[in-house]
Amino acid sequence: MNLAAATNENLASISNTLIYSSMAVYMLAFFAHIAEWVFGSRSKVGRTAAALTGAGAAASGVKVVQQGGGTAVLDRPKVVTRSATGTRDVPDGPGAAGGTVKGDLWGRIAVSLTVLAFAVEAGGVVARALSVQRAPWGNMYEFSITFSTVAVGAYLVLLALKKNVRWIGLLLVTTVLLDLGIATTWLYTDSAQLVPALHSYWLWIHVSTAIFCGAVFYLGAVGTLLYLFRDSYENKLANGGNPGAFARSVLERLPAASTLDKFSYRINAAVFPLWTFTIIAGAIWAGDAWGRYWGWDPKEVWSFITWVAYACYLHARATAGWKGRKAAYLALIAFGCWLFNYYGVNIFVTGKHSYADV
Amino acid sequence: MSNTNTTDERDLGEAGAQLSTAPREEPASSSVPAMGVIGWARWFWRQLTSMRVALILLFLLSLGAVPGSLIPQNSVDELKVQTFKEAHTTVTPIYEKLQFFDVYSSVWFSAIYILLFVSLIGCIVPRTGQFIGQLRGRPPGAPKKLTRLPAYTTWRTDAEPEQVREAALAVLRKRRFRSHAVDDAVAAEKGYLREAGNLMFHIALIVMLVSFAGGQLFKSEGGKLIVEGDGFANTLTQYDDFKSGSLFDTDDLAPFSFTLDDFKGTYERSGPQRGTPRTYEARVTYSEGADGAPQKRIIRVNDPLVVDGTKVYLNAHGYAPVISVKDGRGKEVYRSAVPLLPIDSNVTSTGAIKVMDGYKGVDGKKTQLGFQAFFVPTFAGSGQGTMFSQFPGADYPVLALNGYHGSLGVDSGLPQNVYQLDTAKMKEFKDANGDKLKQRMRPGETMKLPDGAGSVTFEGVEEWASFQITRQPASGWALTGAVAAVFGLAGSLFIQRRRVWVRAVRGADGVTVVEMAGLGRSESTRLPEELGDLADAVHTVTPTAPPPASEQLSEEPAEGAEK
Ligand code: HEM
Repeated sequence: MNLAAATNENLASISNTLIYSSMAVYMLAFFAHIAEWVFGSRSKVGRTAAALTGAGAAASGVKVVQQGGGTAVLDRPKVVTRSATGTRDVPDGPGAAGGTVKGDLWGRIAVSLTVLAFAVEAGGVVARALSVQRAPWGNMYEFSITFSTVAVGAYLVLLALKKNVRWIGLLLVTTVLLDLGIATTWLYTDSAQLVPALHSYWLWIHVSTAIFCGAVFYLGAVGTLLYLFRDSYENKLANGGNPGAFARSVLERLPAASTLDKFSYRINAAVFPLWTFTIIAGAIWAGDAWGRYWGWDPKEVWSFITWVAYACYLHARATAGWKGRKAAYLALIAFGCWLFNYYGVNIFVTGKHSYADV
Repeated sequence: MSNTNTTDERDLGEAGAQLSTAPREEPASSSVPAMGVIGWARWFWRQLTSMRVALILLFLLSLGAVPGSLIPQNSVDELKVQTFKEAHTTVTPIYEKLQFFDVYSSVWFSAIYILLFVSLIGCIVPRTGQFIGQLRGRPPGAPKKLTRLPAYTTWRTDAEPEQVREAALAVLRKRRFRSHAVDDAVAAEKGYLREAGNLMFHIALIVMLVSFAGGQLFKSEGGKLIVEGDGFANTLTQYDDFKSGSLFDTDDLAPFSFTLDDFKGTYERSGPQRGTPRTYEARVTYSEGADGAPQKRIIRVNDPLVVDGTKVYLNAHGYAPVISVKDGRGKEVYRSAVPLLPIDSNVTSTGAIKVMDGYKGVDGKKTQLGFQAFFVPTFAGSGQGTMFSQFPGADYPVLALNGYHGSLGVDSGLPQNVYQLDTAKMKEFKDANGDKLKQRMRPGETMKLPDGAGSVTFEGVEEWASFQITRQPASGWALTGAVAAVFGLAGSLFIQRRRVWVRAVRGADGVTVVEMAGLGRSESTRLPEELGDLADAVHTVTPTAPPPASEQLSEEPAEGAEK
């Protein structure tokens, strides 16, 4: 074994250590989030119920704020917003911490731990890339670790932009742990070089955008799922129902259904053009590597299905009678297609793309 | 989203009209036709071009694509289809009826996408017309109650109403709103690119489909296997196999030729991935046109040679042992590199050597010889028996042959597989014990045929590479369409189309009341922000008037603000 190979093996084992360490830190973040939710449950805010049951008063009155008093003359005029008719005017929940100091503290600890875990995991991905001296996307193991890193990274970026996304934290960390657990136990592949078909700069373009799209679509899917729960909760309250104590405690702290819906729509709409680009880049690469742009290979078929499913979702939102819950189901189906393309096709179907070692 | 339809129509009037060109959804019950054929046709057309049906067709399209990914497809791998059919005899007839082995060219799949594209065209044409109309027209005047709009602001100022409207026009125009004054208000609109992007996207889809279809009609695609040292000229007769679209013409073949100088494959030497290919390189010398200057080039897996719109892809490789055959009198009657077909990932290969003519048997009569060949580039070593290769590189090549004489049957008129021997009219060579004559050889070794019938020598090993030579016209158009689709989509999804109204009227107390409101196609946080900025800009020119003593926070706009 020559010296270069030895360093590479070193880097590969450093990468493994980092991935395992990040899992440990994610685990701590997971517990911190749990603590946040538990302490938050002790708050007695109950805003949603109040807003919904006290209906009329809150929703109908449009406050027109006028500037008054000589001192305020140069203030900018205040803009009043109003939801479109037909949507409930419900305020967002206070978040997992429920406005409690302790809950908030644990939430902050959880986010800090997530930042740390993200840094460690990103280090693991980079070490892996260095050990194989190429983009770390040659097999499903590498794909999985990159995927969760990107998903967490996107979440942290949204947090840093002061978007209201902390509610996603617990679910995200849980999935990341699941993803890394599957990656390290079942999908692990020793670091190695690529088969010639993968040697191309299109690998960087096509696979990086594919991973990014998937990671961000995932955030959108979480939003959609929570939207469905929260929406039925709001419906129940509005119809005078009485949700169970646990459901009430959890759901009332989430953002309003309309906020969650908008969140996932924005994410999906923002990523859809990139997903379109990913498929086109893949077709160009296939044209170079296999001599045909499109050959209905299973991976190609499922990318296409995913694409059409997301197009369905976007169309549904523009179609009367399909907005809201129906569109949300389509969004979940679309993400399901993406997941199947990622795990299912590699495992159950053989095609040209199935070089990905399982 | 055409959410404007749901907003309180009485208050908003035309404010939200034509903020999009999306077709209006009519309730299903109202559109059942009452008339004859024309009525039905019109009803059918309206249904087909409605958003609801487009949605259903899209959903069917994705659903319809599923079976093709789970069941082997003829277009992808006919061999796999055959194996599947043999293994699943019960479902096969059903699948065949449903065209499940050719999903993407099946009647039902075609029906879905053709309907979708008819619907698309039926949707695009009126929408484009409508959009051009909107570009020519002007944003509608202010609705009566601006307070009803999603974003609203108001203040009172000492400036004259005309002054306020002028200031508002200036501010809005500076920000590239299309704006004009109607009655006591200014109406403005921005974000037409959204609609343009959306139309561009849908038109790009049509362009892509048409170029794919056109490409299919005119394309040509063929394969050629070349042993190191041999060449190829791009004429129909030189192809091993050739497929073309129905409108293809042989004159379309680009004139060029190339020679395979050398093929090189490298493989992982150690570790668990031992034997995995790392690089494949075919070094070629090619010349363009009938007699262009020869140029050198390396063709790699991801890196085809492109000549005059035709692409030459490297798609497989294997070994070609060089064989020479001598007859009983020691005269060489055959010498050739014989390409063998790989049967596993370590390039264990099989094939046939056919000596068609020139050979005379011991009795002096012309006859033909045939040999079944097994070749391993890396033999496990003597004593370790099997003829299965241990490594794809040619580290320790071994060739095993057994021979036949008689008639190869090549003149029977039936097409023959060059890699298989038809032994129906042939007799086996036997060794001294009466067993089948067979021998394993290293390069340079010779196998003697019995009874002085001659000999076969394994002279050495060449490699072969096979190339796919394709011409796919209109792929440039498809690419243009694809790029346009991405940009159109981005425009359609990231740009918000919105309207802003500024109303300035003199209140009962003689002070001017300014109201500003914004409406977008979908609710957006950017809309109120933008309205705030605009209001700020107008407000700096027409600042808030000092309030009369009685002024309070009120529920409705100041008196007189409504017309
Ligand atoms: C080939 C299949 C089609 C695909 C992949 C597709 C895809 C899309 C996508 C991704 C959008 C989202 C853009 C946005 O929300 O602004 C969209 C919007 C739209 N599509 Fe399609 N579409 C297809 C066929 C059709 C057909 C057949 C129609 C007409 C019936 C249609 C009418 C529309 C309209 C009106 C919008 C805009 C909705 C709005 O204004 O928000 N599309 N389409």
